[in-house]
Amino acid sequence: MNRRGTRVLRLDALARVEGEAALHLSVEGDRVTGTRLRIYEPPRFFEALLAGRGHTEPPDITARICGICPVAYQMSACRAIEDACGVQVDGPLAELRRLLYCGEWIESHTLHIYLLHAPDFLGCADVVELARGRRAAVERGLRLKQTGNAILEQLGGRPVHPVNVRTGGFYRTPRPDELRPLAERLRQARDDALETVRWVAAFEFPDGMCDHDLLALRDPGRYAIDSGTPAVMTVPGDGHGPALRRFPLPDFERHVVEGQVPHSTALTATLDGRRHLTGPLARYAVNGRWLHPVAAEAARAAGLGDPAAGARCDNPFRSIVVRAVEVVQAVEEGLRIIDGYERPGRPAVEVPPREGAGFGATEAPRGLLYHRYALAEDGTVTEARIVAPTAQNQTAIEEDVRRTVQSRLDRAGPAPDDEELTGLCERAVRNHDPCISCAAHFLDVTVERT
Amino acid sequence: MSGRVVVIGVGNPLRGDDGVGPAAVDALRGRVPDGTVLAVSDGELARVLELWRGADTAVVVEALRARPGRPGELHTLTAAEAASRPAGTASTHAFGLGECLALAEALDLLPPRLVVHVMEVADTRLGAPMSEAVRTALPELIGRVAASVRRAHERDHAR
Repeated sequence: MNRRGTRVLRLDALARVEGEAALHLSVEGDRVTGTRLRIYEPPRFFEALLAGRGHTEPPDITARICGICPVAYQMSACRAIEDACGVQVDGPLAELRRLLYCGEWIESHTLHIYLLHAPDFLGCADVVELARGRRAAVERGLRLKQTGNAILEQLGGRPVHPVNVRTGGFYRTPRPDELRPLAERLRQARDDALETVRWVAAFEFPDGMCDHDLLALRDPGRYAIDSGTPAVMTVPGDGHGPALRRFPLPDFERHVVEGQVPHSTALTATLDGRRHLTGPLARYAVNGRWLHPVAAEAARAAGLGDPAAGARCDNPFRSIVVRAVEVVQAVEEGLRIIDGYERPGRPAVEVPPREGAGFGATEAPRGLLYHRYALAEDGTVTEARIVAPTAQNQTAIEEDVRRTVQSRLDRAGPAPDDEELTGLCERAVRNHDPCISCAAHFLDVTVERT
Repeated sequence: MSGRVVVIGVGNPLRGDDGVGPAAVDALRGRVPDGTVLAVSDGELARVLELWRGADTAVVVEALRARPGRPGELHTLTAAEAASRPAGTASTHAFGLGECLALAEALDLLPPRLVVHVMEVADTRLGAPMSEAVRTALPELIGRVAASVRRAHERDHAR
């Protein structure tokens, strides 16, 4: 590297990031002058697809947006439609929804921890190399993930894009004896989840600090998953108002404002005009005091501070530890729900259509997912709006990349070459588990023809 | 379970030609011998490993983005051939079938027999219809997959 010169580093496809993205990094001498995360995916396809559909259809249609977090889309859609129709789903039906969501958290977080993120910390190129050297760990990850799959399959009807969810509840609810095998798997998964926390806590973490405003749902008394009110936590003492402020969900779009930037087809967002982050670090800061005692103890032992005292984790590289703690939380929460489960009298409550607007937000594994629908009198969707966590996090990720690279350039000693910088950028992006296109699947090869 | 044959169509039907794998699998419903499991998948690695767990034969049907491409052209690959392909950096969740096969091999999770049928595709944008070249070639792909299933069952019966 020529420290005096200017160079541009382009990562055309980021490996081990969910979906497709590219990053454009500009370095002038010793200074990072630009980071642009480019996202290929047109984001508005599904919103247009929803217009004109019946009010019962968004849960099934939006489940197709993501193969990893379909439940998040279904739950935010259900909440928004039910809000528009003046219906509240509570009791055992709400508990079953939360159980389904726990399955998705286990599955999605475990995928990221073991298959995508851990190789970064262990000097492995990918999970295949990891499996060759640490077979037992990868087998533990797959076992844990399959427990999440099993919950999705039991409650959702199948492991991918669940079909058993509907507005008002489910098409069919399980008998208590059908959930018992899941409880058995969850009890085994508890050991794997706790071992996962211990495993990742022992990784070596680069220094890192983020000062983004944190946005998460807040659900006093319990760790927010499927419900809550948006809450914003600013860096203490930064002069931007109280450390924690809340706003009603119908005001979401007044606070979180999306805008198009030239380098990305997706939208980026600001929160009250400032850069913000949603996802595990935000949830942990806002909801940590309501972790299950087993998860809270795991967090303390892993060096995340005392969540009961409002500890927060500001090093994005340590997000892997927070995800692991959230897996413990999801396992414990799943066990609690199954233990107390009584089959509801009916699988769903009626959701009669009416004209109006409805709002729904839940905590997808990678952050707050917001839906808004406007319905006509007969229930026809006239407008749909979806704000996904990755769009919200894009600016924060760009800033993290800038800081990470700048910090490396500031270090004494030999300058980093392009390969090292590329690796650093990829790690900084992967810290936030961005789910970017969530849909295409290809073998991407070049064929030589003679 | 000894003798189980599983067919896995990988892809997303909302993305035009990417839905060719699931379309082939759907076309086989009701037309394959008992003991054949028909599944569709978004290709997520751990789920694919789970789908063929315990199977004697796995038949994977997949879209292939090639450069330069000949949309509609079919290729049949062995596990070793598919595993040697570069990992698909454009795949859904960063895993291509090649990486999936390599992980399966590292963990001793490869089924005893595995065959991969792929079709080169053209248009994979969200909401795109299936291209004419792919639609035209689909019956032949279905025929090849059906033949693989038939051979797997014949092999089992001959044992």
